[in-house]
Amino acid sequence: MRRSEDARLLTGRALFVDDVRLDGMLHVAFLRSQHAHARLTSVDASAARGRPGVVAVYTAADLGDYWRPGPLLVPPPPIAGLVFNPCTQVPLAKDKVRHVGEAVAMVVAESRYLAEDALDDIVVEAEPLPAVVDLEAALAPGTPRVHEHLPSNLAAHAVQRKGDYARAKARAHAIIKRRFRYDRGASAAIENRAVAAHWDQRAEELTVWDTTQAPIPIRNGLAQLLGLLESQVRVVAPYVGGGFGPKIMMFYPEEVLVPWAAMRLGRPVKWTEDRQENFFATTQERGQIHDAELAVAKDGTVLGVKDVFLHDTGAYDPYGLTVPINSQCTLLGPYDIPSYESEFTAVFTNKTIVTPVRGAGRQHGVFVIERLLDFAARELGIDRAEIRRRNLLRPDQFPFNNDILFQDSAPLTYDSGDYEPALDAALKAIDYGRFVREEQPRLRAAGRHVGIGVVCYVEGTGIGPYEGARVTVEPSGRVRLATGVGTQGQGHFTVFAQIVAEVLGVDAGEVHVVTGDTREFHWGTGTFASRGAVVAGSACHAAAVAVRAKVLDLASRELEAAAADLVLDGGRVHVRGDPGGGLALGALALKANPLRGAVRPGTEPGLEATAYFGPDRGSTANGVHAMVVEVDPETAQVEIKRYVVVHDCGRVINPMIVEGQIHGGVAHGIGNAFYEQLVYDEEGQLLNASFMDYLLPTATDVPNVETTHRETPSPLNPVGAKGVGEAGAIPTGALFAQAVEDALADTGVEIREIPLSPNRLFELMQEAR
Amino acid sequence: MDPHANVEVTVNGVRHRRAVEPRLLLSDFLRHELGLTGTHVGCEHGVCGACTVLLDGDAVRSCLMFAVQADGHDVTTVEGLSDGSGETLHPLQAAFREAHGLQCGFCTPGVLMTLVPFLREHPDPDERQIREALSGNLCRCTGYQNIVAAVRLACGAPSSPRA
Amino acid sequence: MKPAPFDYFTPATLDEALALLAEHGADAKPLAGGQSLIPAMNFRLARPAALVDLNRVGELSYIRSERDGRGGGATAIGAMTRQRAVERSELVARAAPLLAEAMPSIAHPQIRNRGTVGGSIAHADPSAELPAVMLALEARFRARSATGERSVPASEFFKGLLETALQPGELLVEIAVPPLLPRSGTAFLELARRHGDYALVGVAAVVTLDARGRCTAARITFLSVGDGPVLATEAGKTLAGQALSEELLRAAADAAATRDVDPPSDIHASAAYRRQLVAVLTRRALARAFERAEGNPS
Repeated sequence: MRRSEDARLLTGRALFVDDVRLDGMLHVAFLRSQHAHARLTSVDASAARGRPGVVAVYTAADLGDYWRPGPLLVPPPPIAGLVFNPCTQVPLAKDKVRHVGEAVAMVVAESRYLAEDALDDIVVEAEPLPAVVDLEAALAPGTPRVHEHLPSNLAAHAVQRKGDYARAKARAHAIIKRRFRYDRGASAAIENRAVAAHWDQRAEELTVWDTTQAPIPIRNGLAQLLGLLESQVRVVAPYVGGGFGPKIMMFYPEEVLVPWAAMRLGRPVKWTEDRQENFFATTQERGQIHDAELAVAKDGTVLGVKDVFLHDTGAYDPYGLTVPINSQCTLLGPYDIPSYESEFTAVFTNKTIVTPVRGAGRQHGVFVIERLLDFAARELGIDRAEIRRRNLLRPDQFPFNNDILFQDSAPLTYDSGDYEPALDAALKAIDYGRFVREEQPRLRAAGRHVGIGVVCYVEGTGIGPYEGARVTVEPSGRVRLATGVGTQGQGHFTVFAQIVAEVLGVDAGEVHVVTGDTREFHWGTGTFASRGAVVAGSACHAAAVAVRAKVLDLASRELEAAAADLVLDGGRVHVRGDPGGGLALGALALKANPLRGAVRPGTEPGLEATAYFGPDRGSTANGVHAMVVEVDPETAQVEIKRYVVVHDCGRVINPMIVEGQIHGGVAHGIGNAFYEQLVYDEEGQLLNASFMDYLLPTATDVPNVETTHRETPSPLNPVGAKGVGEAGAIPTGALFAQAVEDALADTGVEIREIPLSPNRLFELMQEAR
Repeated sequence: MDPHANVEVTVNGVRHRRAVEPRLLLSDFLRHELGLTGTHVGCEHGVCGACTVLLDGDAVRSCLMFAVQADGHDVTTVEGLSDGSGETLHPLQAAFREAHGLQCGFCTPGVLMTLVPFLREHPDPDERQIREALSGNLCRCTGYQNIVAAVRLACGAPSSPRA
Repeated sequence: MKPAPFDYFTPATLDEALALLAEHGADAKPLAGGQSLIPAMNFRLARPAALVDLNRVGELSYIRSERDGRGGGATAIGAMTRQRAVERSELVARAAPLLAEAMPSIAHPQIRNRGTVGGSIAHADPSAELPAVMLALEARFRARSATGERSVPASEFFKGLLETALQPGELLVEIAVPPLLPRSGTAFLELARRHGDYALVGVAAVVTLDARGRCTAARITFLSVGDGPVLATEAGKTLAGQALSEELLRAAADAAATRDVDPPSDIHASAAYRRQLVAVLTRRALARAFERAEGNPS
C-alpha cells in the first residue's frame, strides 16, 4: 500500500526543521575548534560582538551556571567487574578542546551569512597538545590524556564469559586466530541537524523544532535544564531527513544552547548544521580492532570463541557502552557457540564522539565471526556454506539464552528463529551450488575473477523500555493516532496506521497519524535499535484494542446485541449477518461524548484510549546475505553482480516498507565496505570532510537487491514483529570481504579489514604477492 | 557600493523581485526569501544534488549559483511540478509514491528535478541510463532501487512528464 | 558554509569585462560557471573581493568550425560555452571526438549545465579532464586583456597546480582545437571512485598511423597524476614508427608509468596504485585509439 506521508514529501510541502521561519528569527553559527587537542587560554569575542548584525556571542564563560556536562544517556549494564568512566560532552569548550569541530563559541546574528562573518572576529588562543588518534597508542604509558582527571585514556573495560573457553581451546582440532579492523564512517543523513526555538513570552511556552530521533527525552531534559515545567516545553521532530542513529544523541551542544538563547534574547533562534559541521560535530561510528580466535573441531563444529577488542569512543562517551556491547553480543550470531570469552576496552581519542550509527557495533561482531568461519572452512576443507549450516541453532533451541548481558541489561536471549531454511533460501536464490561447481570454474578458466559470498547474522532489535500511543475515533469517523516516536523516513505513519486500521476495521487511509510532537504525546523514548514497529507498533496495537473494546461495549448497548456478535468492518459496527445495519464509528463516537445525560461510572467519554507497550527484552531478527562480485585485478575495481537477501523480521506488516529498509541498509553497508571512510591524520585532523572526498555510494555503485521474506513471529509482542531498520547494513562488510577474497583466490589475498577501497585492495594484492 | 543588487526572477511561473546581497545563494533565496522550502540543502558544495532546480529548463545546483545570477531567468522548483495543492501529482511524483521511491524524502525534490529534464530527453531510458542520470543525487535511505523502479513506472505512465 | 561578501559586476560585453578586471586588478576574479569557484567560496577557502560575472557576456558562448577562415579547420569554442553544449555538439563529435568522449566524465549533468569549457581550463585543476584533453589535442588558447590579445599553445598554458600562463587582467576567451590528421584515432579513459568523481587517473590518447599502420605521431596525456596535465613523452617515443602489438602497448604503458609520471599519494590513491592505473589505462586507451585510427583512413 502507498505511504500516507508521500504526497507532502513529493510536492515539497513537508515541514523539515530548516523550513521553520518565524518573524524576527535569528541565526546561529558556531566557532569550532581547529585543533584536535589543545588547552584553551583565551576566547575573545569582543570584536565579534561589535559587528553589525550580530546580536550576541556566547563563550563558555558567558553560560554561567547553565554550563554543565551533558547527561549520561545510557548507563552501562551491570556486568560484573565492569570499569566505566563517564565523560560527557559540554555545551561549549571551556579549558580544553578535545576534538576538531568541538564548539567553542556561539554567534547569534540577523542571518547565517552575518553569523559566519563574525566567526572570523573571534580570537582564540590555544596551546596545541599532542593528539590521541591511534587506538593502541592511546593506552600506552605516557600518552597524553584526553580527560586529565582520569589516569589513562581508558573509557571502559568489560569482560563477558559463557562456558569455558580454555577447555574448548584444549579440545579443539584447530585454532583460527586473526586480527581484524573496522574503521570509522559517517551516518551522512542528507539532511544535516537543525534546531529552531521560540519562546512565547505571553503563553510562557517554549517550542523547539529539532531533527532529533527522540523528541520526548529532549523535552524532558530541556525542561529540567531551563527550569520549566515539562508542559511548558513542546518539542517537535517534524519530517526528519534521515536519522541513522546520530540524530538521537542527546544532548548535542546545539540542542542545549539554541533554546536557551531564544529565551534569553526573546526572539526565535535557528541553527542549521552545514555539511562541514556535520563531519565534525555529528557523532560517528565504527573504529574497532579485534584480536579474535575460534576453537573448532575437525568437522567444523565451533567449540568456542575468544575475542579481545579495542573500541574507539571518541572524545566523550555519553552513549555508554551500547556500541561495544552490541559488537560483543552480535558476534555469537545464529550459531550454537558453547563457550565465549569477550573482553573489550573502550578508549578515549581526540576524535568526534562515537554513538550508534545504523547497525551500532553489530557489524563488527558479524565481521569477526563470519571471517573466522571463512578461514576455518578453508583450513578444514569445508565448504563455506556448510560450515555455517553445521553450527546454526535449531528451531527447538528457542528461546535461546546466550548467558551474557545485552545492551538493554537483559540476558542475551533469542526469542525465536528458524535459521537453516533461511540459509537454504539464500543459497537457492543465488544458485550457490551451481555457481561454485560450474560457473565460477568456467569463468576462472576464461581469466575472470568472480567470487561469491554468503554470510549469516542475527540482530537484537526492538528493545524497551516502552512506547505509548493514543487512539481516538473522531465523530467524523476518522481515527487519530498519536505516538511519541519520531520518524525519519521509515514509514511509521503508514505502518502504525495499518496496525490500528486492522484492529478497528477501518481503511488505513482513515487513520491520521501524528508522531514526534510532544504536545500530542509525551510518554516514550525514541526511534533507535530498530524498535519503531516493534515497540511503538505494539503500543498502537494495544491502544487500538482498547478503543475496539469501547466501541464494542457502546455498540452492544446501542444495537442491543452481545459484543461477541458484533463485527467491525468498513468503518462500521454491525451485528454478524446484518452488514447493512449497524452504526458508523463516527456516530458511535458522537454518542460516546454526549451533551446531555451523565457518563456512567466506570466509563470514559469518547472513543479514545492510551496504551503502552514495554517488552521485557528485545526480539532477535536474522537473515542471510549472499553476493556475487567480479574484480578487475589490474585496477582493483569491484563490481557487484548480484545481491541476495533472505530476511526474517518476524511478522511483516508492510512488505514494501520492509524491502525499502533493506535496500537502504545494504546501500549503507556497501558504502561502509568499499566507499566510505573517515580518514584522520596523526594530528587528529579529518582529511575528507566533504562529500567530494567522503564517498557515499551513488545509484551506479549500488546493485539491485533481490529480497526474500521469511516470517518467524516474535512471541514477545502482540504484532509478532521484529525490527528491520538496521538489518541491511549489518552483514555487508563481512559479505563483501568474503566475496572479494573468493574472487581473488588466486592472489592469496586475505581480507581482515573494512572499509576496503580499490587502493587498499591493490595494496593487499601487492602484499600477498 | 550598495551591497544589494536587484534580482527579478520567474519562479514556477510567478515573477518575483527582490534586492539581495550578491553573495546570497540561489538555494537560500528560494527557501528563505521566497519561502519555497521544497528545495532542500544538503551539502552546499554541489555534490548531494538535493538543491537541484531547473534554470530555463535545465537541472542545476541551486547552491552553486548566486541568486543575482538568476536575474531575468526562469526557475522551476519542486513546488512547480504539481498543481500546488498536492492533490494532483506530476506523473513522476505519482510513480515515486507508487514504487516507494522515497523514504525520508529529503533528497527527493532534487531527484525529481534531475529526472524531469532527463526524461524529456530520454523518454524510454534503460536501467544504466537511469542510474547514471541519478548518480549526481545522493540518497541515503532507498539504496536507489525503488527510485529506478519509479522512473521505469513513470516511463510507462500514459501521460508524459510536464515542465 | 556561506560565502564571504564581495562586490559584484555583470558586464554585458567582453570589453566591459576586461575593463573591470583591469580596474580591480588582483582583487577581482572572473566568475564563469562557478562550479569550482562557488563551492570554494561556500567553504570560505576562496574570498575574492570582487567577482566579474561573465555569464552575461554572450559573445563568449559559441562552437564553430574555422574551416573557411584563419583557423585552418580548427574547431573554435568560446570560453563561456557550457560544457553541456560541447557534450551535445555534433560539430565537436565529428571534429574532436576525443573531447566529445571526455565530456560525460566531467562531474554530472547538473554541473555541466553551468560549468564552462574556459572556466575549467583556466582553473587548471590537475584532476580536471579538459586540460589533459586540450594538451593531447594541441589546442591553442586565445587570451585577451584590456591591452591586447595573444595565443598560447596548451603545452605552454598549464604552469602548475591551479596555475596558468594567464596574467592578471587577462581572460581566456577562446579554445581552438586543431583538426585531427587523417588515420588518427583518439581515446579517453578514466577511473574514478564513483561515476562523476574526479578521476584517480585519466588518460587521453591521440595516435596517427601511416598507411601501413605504423604510428607516425602519438600524444598521450594524463590527469590526476601531477600538478597539472602531464604529457607522456617517453611513452610517445616508444610508439614512434611501430605497429600495434600487445608488446608495444605494454612497452608504452611501462614507459608512461615508470618514466613519464611521478604521481602523488592522497587519501584516495597511493602513488604506486596511480602508477599501476597509468599503465593499465595507457594500454587500454592506446589499444582503442589504434583501433579507431585504423578505422579512420580518410
